[in-house]
Order: sequence, then structure tokens, then C-alpha cells
Amino acid sequence: MLSVTQLSKTFPGVRALSDVDFTARAGEVHALVGENGAGKSTLIKVLTGVYRPDRGEVTYDGAPVRFVTPLQAQQAGISTIYQEVNLVPLMSVARNLFLGREPRGRLGLIDFRRMHREADEALRGLGIRVDVHRPLRELGVGAQQMVALARAVAVDARVVVMDEPTSSLEPREVHTLFEVIRMLRERGVAVVYVSHRMDELYELCDRITVLRDGRVVHTGPLAELDRLRLVAMMLGREIGEVRAEGMTKFSGSHDTDAQQVLTVTGLTIRHRLHDVSLSVRPGEVVGLGGLLGSGRSETAKAIAGALPTDTGRVVVAGVPVRAGSTAAAIRAGISLLPEDRKSEGIMPGLSVRENIALAALPGLSRFGLVDDTRVDRIVETFMKRLRIKAAGAHQKVGELSGGNQQKVLLARWLALHPKVLLLDEPTRGIDVGAKAEVQTLIDELADDGLAVLLISSDTEELIEGSDRVVVLKDGAVVRELTGDAVTEDELMRAIAAVPAGESDD
Amino acid sequence: MTELTLGRGTPDRARLLRLLQDYGVYTGVLVLLLFNFAFTPHFVSAENFRTQAVQVAPVLIVALGMALAIGTEGVDLSVGSVMALATSLLSLYLGYGPWTAALVAVLAGAVVGVANGALIAFVGVQPIVATLALMVAGRGLALVLLPQLKDVHDPDLAALGSGAVLGVPYLALIAALLAVLTAFVVRRTTFGRQALAIGDSRPAARLAGLPVRRVLVLVYVCSGALAAIAGVLATARLAASDPTSLGSLMELSAITAVVVGGTPLSGGRVRVGGTVAGATLIQLLTTTLIKHDLPPSWTQIAQAVVIVLAVYAARERGRR
Repeated sequence: MLSVTQLSKTFPGVRALSDVDFTARAGEVHALVGENGAGKSTLIKVLTGVYRPDRGEVTYDGAPVRFVTPLQAQQAGISTIYQEVNLVPLMSVARNLFLGREPRGRLGLIDFRRMHREADEALRGLGIRVDVHRPLRELGVGAQQMVALARAVAVDARVVVMDEPTSSLEPREVHTLFEVIRMLRERGVAVVYVSHRMDELYELCDRITVLRDGRVVHTGPLAELDRLRLVAMMLGREIGEVRAEGMTKFSGSHDTDAQQVLTVTGLTIRHRLHDVSLSVRPGEVVGLGGLLGSGRSETAKAIAGALPTDTGRVVVAGVPVRAGSTAAAIRAGISLLPEDRKSEGIMPGLSVRENIALAALPGLSRFGLVDDTRVDRIVETFMKRLRIKAAGAHQKVGELSGGNQQKVLLARWLALHPKVLLLDEPTRGIDVGAKAEVQTLIDELADDGLAVLLISSDTEELIEGSDRVVVLKDGAVVRELTGDAVTEDELMRAIAAVPAGESDD
Repeated sequence: MTELTLGRGTPDRARLLRLLQDYGVYTGVLVLLLFNFAFTPHFVSAENFRTQAVQVAPVLIVALGMALAIGTEGVDLSVGSVMALATSLLSLYLGYGPWTAALVAVLAGAVVGVANGALIAFVGVQPIVATLALMVAGRGLALVLLPQLKDVHDPDLAALGSGAVLGVPYLALIAALLAVLTAFVVRRTTFGRQALAIGDSRPAARLAGLPVRRVLVLVYVCSGALAAIAGVLATARLAASDPTSLGSLMELSAITAVVVGGTPLSGGRVRVGGTVAGATLIQLLTTTLIKHDLPPSWTQIAQAVVIVLAVYAARERGRR
């Protein structure tokens, strides 16, 4: 139905897709998987006319096409349902459903009665019961997503692309969604389904394409692929692969006999985390393993007070931390190096000096006046200790390389003398040399008695850097790897494990 | 040969642009001064400079508060109404003595700032909308308190409005003092640093554990209080309270001064010196055109040109 051949797309500095072949067939649900930056979104955007490919051909219904705008793709029968619902929140459900193709009466005016009746029928047909007169935004996110889906179906779409449609749905809604997808499949619609939830994929999809670093690493029927192989491909690892020690700059184990400094119990956030518990001792590096969307970053953010939790307790050195307040967490000695360094970490327009001193400012001031000599001393110490390469303390952080930005952030937190350091993807997007340096640093910090929680999509880094690994899946802890079990194989096995009480169909 | 010029041309142009961004506003002031020295009769006189300084003082004081708000990636549209509110309260409470009345006026400005800040920081309303609400409400309240123009007869206020020490008008002195104070707050205090960090990246500031809400409220309190001070001084100079027209369009003049002075609207940076120069530049521009008998409409067009130039320079900075 819709296929691309030899597709390449380059953005300044990044090869997003290279020679990708992909075919979505009528009457099939085709899973598209891959970690962050693998090229899924780019591929989807090429398919739906948002981007134009540099090279390669898009064939639709047997004929080569070239969509210049998303609208053209839509009119041709390709519908997309994005993660965030892109409808008009203030308009009624019915109006959203018929947006741009409202039934007209005489005089060319919108025939509201007919529109409401047809909207109601369309939604009923999908097993959704909502009042079509209500504004869309009054519905829950799940219901909104169903409306988006109904819209896609109603426009006689022949290809439906869904980008992580279940990420904000209740189990019941997921069930309805799957029913609808199966119905679409029976109607001969080609469905492209993007998700990281292994169980969903195996329940729903017929074929699968795995992307990694902009290339297709596997494509074929899903039933023939076992879970472990799939996990291995998504992470870009081989099962049973023998590797020499010391590929990363981690030294291995640390002394871990002390009392726990961080204890987290029963962390729960609706739809995202379910009863996550873990603990870290001083001088220990605990890894958080799992696929994208398994709740690793959410766990770190919840511990750091940056994400409000429904239930759960965080205790640092025996003292409970007030939930939902970054300031309280920082006072308790928890520091978070966020995943999104550019938008949540650095202050790009401020100098290296300001960035390092930022969090520690109150401690470096007297009566609200900043003590510049002390700031200079601290900035100098950390620039030397972390080997930050900058033209000087007054250079803007936005101008530094990724690795040095990351070190500036580390310095910001170390200046506070934290007890617990949460590192979310500390080496992502930084060059090899800086990566090794950051890894060495993490090691040194743990040796100095810091408790470190490490999140990394780089499995090798995670395994070699951690003393223990807590494996998350769909927002819940599925296993904890300790001692000799801290291996890539065990990690992949833990992620691939079929949940208890469900059959692997 | 061509390569050589090309290779040298680009960085030169970039450097020129950077110089323009950093010193353009000062150069503008200098050029206008030189032009007036040469071509405007009676420009070089102590009396003229006093007049200019007295006229620019209220705008400058308001612009200082505006620069703080803009530095946090916000804006304060309520400043003009705060001036009106200040003038109403000043004449209402004049019976308790001029200093008590002035204090009440400034406190009212701070209260408006608290309202602005609370809407922005706690309720999460966008600054432009929140302060727009207070702009409408403030002017309305000012008119309720004092429905029409009223003369203000008070020797102390009159002295404040037209007096001088060593030939420098009080108004200019106060404005200069407040400018120095603002610069000090921005550069040297925890509050100033935190405000800039919030302006540069709000999510990062929150994750870094900064008291984002408290700082934002304080920024708008400063802006409100400064606007109220400007209102009191303007009343003292005019020897009259006119809540209908005092401070009207002041928010736009203040934003102009701040933007022309090189403070980016995207936050994270406050240029106090630039703001002073920006206010001065607009003042000189107006004077120059008036003294050469050009109609006021020309002034507006000239202002527009300056704003466009300033924004153009800022845009280039954003790209780099």
C-alpha cells in the first residue's frame, strides 16, 4: 500500500535516515520500533509529507508519489495520530470529527444536526460513548485520542500511522483501541504502529521493522521473532556477545557495605510509574535499565521532586523528603542531571561561572549579596577538577561542546555537596573523548562516597558502570540484577520476559 | 585576492554587528548629541540639559522595572496605570503629609506588583495577559479614587519636582540613583542572578531548585514600585494629579527604551546601562525633531525606525 525504498534524509550534522526500505501492506499492522534517535519520527514525517526525502522514493498504491505538504498526504488517505492529540480543543467533538469536511446544507451552511448525528454514529460504531456536543478538551486524553482515531477512520484513511497511541491511555481504553485497530485491519487498512511496549506489539502487530541509527536492522513477520532477539536488536546488542573488559571507562565495583542513603518506596504516578522501589548505598552506582518509555526518567524526576507523585516515599539518610519540590529534594542532598540537557539543564545564555554557581548561590551569599571571591574560587576548583574546556569562566555555556556542558552541570551539582546523584543519560550526545571522561568522573564520585543512580540507553555503559541494575518495564520494577547477574544478557532477558499471567500470543 | 577579502569580510561584519549590538545605542546617543551641538541653536545650555534630564527621568525609572520583567522573559504592561494609581493616591493622602502620601503610593505600586507576580508565578497566566488585566484595573481604580485632574499644592513636593542640588535636578538624581541600584541588584545579588537564570531557562531553573515563584513575584513588585515612584515624581513635577492621562502609553515607551538598549525580549539578560541610554536616545530623538520644527508624527516614525533597528540587531544576536 505505502512503501519507501532507499530513503535517505540528512539534517545538518545528522544522518537521520540512510537507505531505508519500509513497506506497509493493506490489512496488516506493522510495528515500527527503535530507540531514541533511531529515525522513527523522521520516517513517519516523510511518510506523512511533513519532510521531503533527500533521496529515495515513496510509492503509494503502486504509483510513486511526492507529498509536499501533510495536507496532500491526508487527502490521499494517509492519516496520522500523534502522541499529543492535534485537534482543536475548544471545538465540539463533532466539529473536530468533521473539521474541514463538514456536511453542508442549503446555502452552504454547516448542517449541524446531520453532523451531530453522523458523529454520534461514527463514534458508536467504534464503541465510544461521548456527548458529541461537548468541547473536545473536556474529554480525557484517552477519549480525545479515540476521537482522533475516529476522525482518521472517518476520512476513509487507507493508511493510519499511530505514534505511541497508548502512552496516556487507561487499560480499558487500550483495549478499545486495539479493537478498533483490528477492525481497521479487517477493512484492509494499512496500520503503522509505533510503540515500545513489547507486550502490545506481540498482541497486535503482524510485521515489524526495527530501526537503529537511521538504518533498518530487521524487518519481517513478528511471530517469527522472539522477544529476546527483538530487545537485543532495539538496544543494538548481541546476545551472548563476548566483550573484552574495559570498553568503557568504568573501573567496575565499588565498596558497598554501608547503610543505604537513598531509599525509595512505592513510587506511583498514574499511567507512568507503578510502585517503584529501590535503594542506593553511598559509594554505589545503581543502574536503571529498561527500554524507552519504561519509566526510567520519570523515576529519576520523581525522586528529585520534579514530577508530582500520587504515592510513594523518598528517604535520604533516614530523613523523609517532601514530595513534589525540587528545592526540598536538593536540600535533602538529591541532585538530578536531567536527560534533556539543553532545555532542562544548562542556562545557555549565561556564563560558565553563573551556571556552575547557580544552585549554590544562596550558600555563597551574605544578606542576599553574592560573594564573588567565593564564587570564583568554587568555579575555578570545579573547572580544574572536571577538566572543563572553555575559553574562560565568562564564556556562554551555550557555546560549549555537549561534553563540557554536561561537566558544567555536574559542577553545578557537586558545588552543593550532594549525597545522591541521579544521572539521566549523562553521556548522550557527547563525543567519545568526553564520554570516557564523564564515565571516569562518575566512577571517581562513587569512590568518594556519593550514591549514584545511573540511567543510560547505552547498555554497555549501564552494565559496566553499575554495581546493581534495577530493570524497569512499563513503569514497574521487573527485576533487580546483582553480582554476577549484572550482564547485558540478563538485562535483555529481564526486559524481554513475558509478564506473568499473560500468554505470549 | 578575492578569497582574502572574503575571509576577512565575514568576521569583520560579524564583529561590526556585535559592536553595533553592544554599543549601538551609545553611539546613537553620541551622534544625536553631536548633531544637536552643531545644528540646534540654544542646545548647549545647562537649562536645556536640565529639562532633558527631568523629562527622561520618569520613563527611565519605569524602564528599569520593565528591564527586570523582560529579563525574566516577561513584560509589565501595568506600569502606566500604576503611575496613574500612584498620582491618585498621592493627592488623596496628601493631608497626612507628602512623605506618607508618597509611601502609600509606592506601597500601592508594590501591591499591584504582587498581584501581577501572583497571577504569573502561581496561577500561570502569561505575563502579557496578567499585566494587561492589572493595566485595565489599575487605571480604573485610579479614576475611581480621583475622577479628574486636581492641582497638588505642596511645598515639599514642589521642591522635589523642580529643585536641584548643584544644578542637578532631584528627579535626575533619583533616576540615576535607582539605575545604579538596579544595576547593583542585577549584578551582585542572589535575587538578580536567579531572575536572569529564570529568564534564560525556566524549566532548568526549576530543576536547579531555584525559588522560581518567589523571584518572579519580587521582580513584578520591583517593577510596580518603580512605576509608582515614577508616578510620584511626575506628579511632583507637574504639580497636578491627572489620573486620566498620566502614564498613558508609558508601558510602550518603557519597552522601547529597554529593547533599544539591547536587552533581549527572550530574557536571561538585563542591560541597565543600555536601558538608560535607550531612554535617553528616545528623549533626544524627540527633542531634536521638535527643535527642528518637525511635526510629532515624525517623532513616532523615527522611533519606529530605531525600534526596528534595535530588533534587527537583537535578531542577529539570537542566531549566533
